[in-house]
Amino acid sequence: MAKPKVPGMFKGLGITFNTLVDTLKNGAATVQYPHEKESPPVRARGVIALREDNCTSCMLCARSCPDWCIYIEGHKELAPPRRAGGKPRGVNKLDRFDIDYALCMYCGICVEVCPFDALFWSPEYEYSEPKIADLLHDKTKLGEWMETVPEAPELESGALKGKK
Amino acid sequence: MLAALPYWGVSLIRILGGIVAVLLPAGSIVYIFLFKMMSFMQSRLGPMEAGPYGSMQLFAEVGKWLQKEDLAPDGADKRLFKMAPLIVLASTFLLIAVVPFGPDAWFTNFEAGIFYALAVSSVSVLGILMAGWSSANKYSLMGGLRAAGQLIAYELPMVLAVIGVVIQAGTMNLQQIVVKQNNDKIFGLHFLGNPYILTQFVGFIVFMIAVQAELTQTPFDMPIAESELVSGYMTEYSGFRFLIFFIGEFATAGVFALIASALFLGGWGVPFSWFGWHNIGDVANWMNVVGPLIMFVKMMIVVFLIMWVRFSFPRFREDQLQRFAWKVLIPIALANIMLTAILKVAF
Repeated sequence: MAKPKVPGMFKGLGITFNTLVDTLKNGAATVQYPHEKESPPVRARGVIALREDNCTSCMLCARSCPDWCIYIEGHKELAPPRRAGGKPRGVNKLDRFDIDYALCMYCGICVEVCPFDALFWSPEYEYSEPKIADLLHDKTKLGEWMETVPEAPELESGALKGKK
Repeated sequence: MLAALPYWGVSLIRILGGIVAVLLPAGSIVYIFLFKMMSFMQSRLGPMEAGPYGSMQLFAEVGKWLQKEDLAPDGADKRLFKMAPLIVLASTFLLIAVVPFGPDAWFTNFEAGIFYALAVSSVSVLGILMAGWSSANKYSLMGGLRAAGQLIAYELPMVLAVIGVVIQAGTMNLQQIVVKQNNDKIFGLHFLGNPYILTQFVGFIVFMIAVQAELTQTPFDMPIAESELVSGYMTEYSGFRFLIFFIGEFATAGVFALIASALFLGGWGVPFSWFGWHNIGDVANWMNVVGPLIMFVKMMIVVFLIMWVRFSFPRFREDQLQRFAWKVLIPIALANIMLTAILKVAF
């Protein structure tokens, strides 16, 4: 026997009522934020961390940023040669690396574009400030976020197919 | 007890009682339904911080609104603009005057009670139109016009639905309608009385739909449609005057629910046969205390229905709304009147 068709109107009333009962019995789907916290997923875009050693101040991130919220200044230095008797190497030294989180829109293009793996996503999200200027994180602060960057999760099977 | 008091004392008690009867339901409706039930229906908890389970949230909101500046737009007709919310709220206070809460607990025992209630309820249309016009804002004006069109359209099915009850009860006095329902019998059975929701079920449904539209609650909330008209006639209001509109909305919901429970659910009474009463003179004195509680519970049930529908359905389109009133509800209500009249004569 076919199930009698319930008009959509009553179905709708049923859904809201069932949700009401469910919330009363099992609690809400939401979390009461300051008292309890959700742990964001590993790949959550909370804050961008900087590994300073990897940065060559190539400016790719600053140029690709749609909001122009990355400020980079650097200079060249001579580093001791790799092998004895060689020429001193020229390396780029980072003077300033700031991200203005008042402007950042968390698109993640800078992390994608970085060719030297100097930028990482961290799921940390509690860094609001009473003053907007304090949302400008300098390279020390961005470096500190590195500690909160989780291990990259395992790639899914087949993710590397076709790649060498 | 009341008879021993001087006239001013009785009046004072009535005024205080009226304020309680309007604000208490409004407050509990906002907390229980708007804050809590709506949240639960969306699988969240609603306000939790102010007081235990957020029960003081409403006071916080009122405090916030009272602090805000009383703004009026430059081009506004200031006098009308400031008067409009008061008129809307006044119609609510006028409505409560005819609702009976017990054998002696009434504000006025008015012969043409329900007629008066339906007439006075349309005063709020004036307030809303005034608000929409005097705001000097095209969204407000559109909201006000929509409200006028809607409230007038749905007044009609509401009145027609009530006529069925009036025919069956043979009186327009709300107190006597309540007594009739509890004193009557259905199919020769005494123990249930005869709440008119049983015999006037069609009327009840039409009445509830019309009330939903009169209150501009969600499937019928085109006048304040926030996504199209930025809250319609309330757009330009802030602070205290917005608060009055807000109280008015939910106080009117409460009062209409009270009237609905008096008309269809047996009002303050319990079936008189339970205690061997035969008319209103027999009713025990304690019903003056229990009656308001019964009314409150019934009101909550009716408001639950209104709010349940409100939180479940999306908004109609303006033309659908008008078509629904004129082509569906009014013919049904008219047929209901005819049927009631025929059956009244037949039995």
